Amino acid sequence: MPAIKSLEELKRIRDEALQKKQMKATPGNIQVIIAMGTCGIAAGARDTMKSVLNFIETEKISGVTVTQTGCIGLCEQEPIIQVVLGDQPKVMYGKVDAQAAQQIMKQHVQNGQPVKENIIQL
Amino acid sequence: MREIALHLLDIAENSAAAESQNIRIEVHEDLHRDLLAARVTDDGRGLDPETAQKVQDPFYTTRTTRHVGLGIPLLKLAAEMAEGRFSLKSKPGTGTRVEAIFRHSHIDRMPLGDLSATFLTVLVSHPKMNWTFTYRVTDKAGNSHDFIFENTELKAALGDMSLTEPEVLTFVRGMIEEGIAALTLQPVN
Repeated sequence: MPAIKSLEELKRIRDEALQKKQMKATPGNIQVIIAMGTCGIAAGARDTMKSVLNFIETEKISGVTVTQTGCIGLCEQEPIIQVVLGDQPKVMYGKVDAQAAQQIMKQHVQNGQPVKENIIQL
Repeated sequence: MREIALHLLDIAENSAAAESQNIRIEVHEDLHRDLLAARVTDDGRGLDPETAQKVQDPFYTTRTTRHVGLGIPLLKLAAEMAEGRFSLKSKPGTGTRVEAIFRHSHIDRMPLGDLSATFLTVLVSHPKMNWTFTYRVTDKAGNSHDFIFENTELKAALGDMSLTEPEVLTFVRGMIEEGIAALTLQPVN
């Protein structure tokens, strides 16, 4: 880890990331949405978020947007995350702890196969 | 909730939901005065006096209009259990300030917890918001050290590049984690 964190360095990182992104031509937009209501946070949503970000960093996956939503009324299923791959319908997952998040990132986000065990059927 | 940092995440989410543009999260561990102060200040739509009072009541929530539920009463209770106090100051159209103060050495004082994870979470979740994070440690002799993080320059440098691009994420996470760890390592006694 470099000791100095300057904005110059960030600009360089940004330009490099931009180049890589253009080379890869990401297949559509990938969205991971984490529920961050009080219920989600109390159930461990921050650890879930940390796990998702950690996966993006270690696997170096480009083009994933990570965002949040509030309480969606399924508090007993928290932590809840939703995954949207391009034009495909949204998939909602419940009881996503840090470990389940790794599995969803690997199997669904990286390889396009939803993780059946954690899907919330509405 | 088991950490002050998780409460701060919860309160900051309220602020973000209240159409704020600027949100400040401040934590001060003051061993000189034996206090731990945690504060979230926003310039969002604010609460009228009646609502500001009601949100401190565990049986009140507006759910659809504002995301305030159990979070605030739980934080209030946590502060009061540790010989501290809680205040919520708000003005419609101006913003809200939530402050919880704990006796630092109190046996029932909740641990501060993972402050960097809280900062990174709100930053990633609300990348367009102007965030200011302040973590200050004052030792027993009264000497203070600060970590201050603002994302204005960061946003300008990134342009439309997402914070969740892996290289960018490593950079920003490192910046926050190293800044906080440097203070935590200061000799505090």
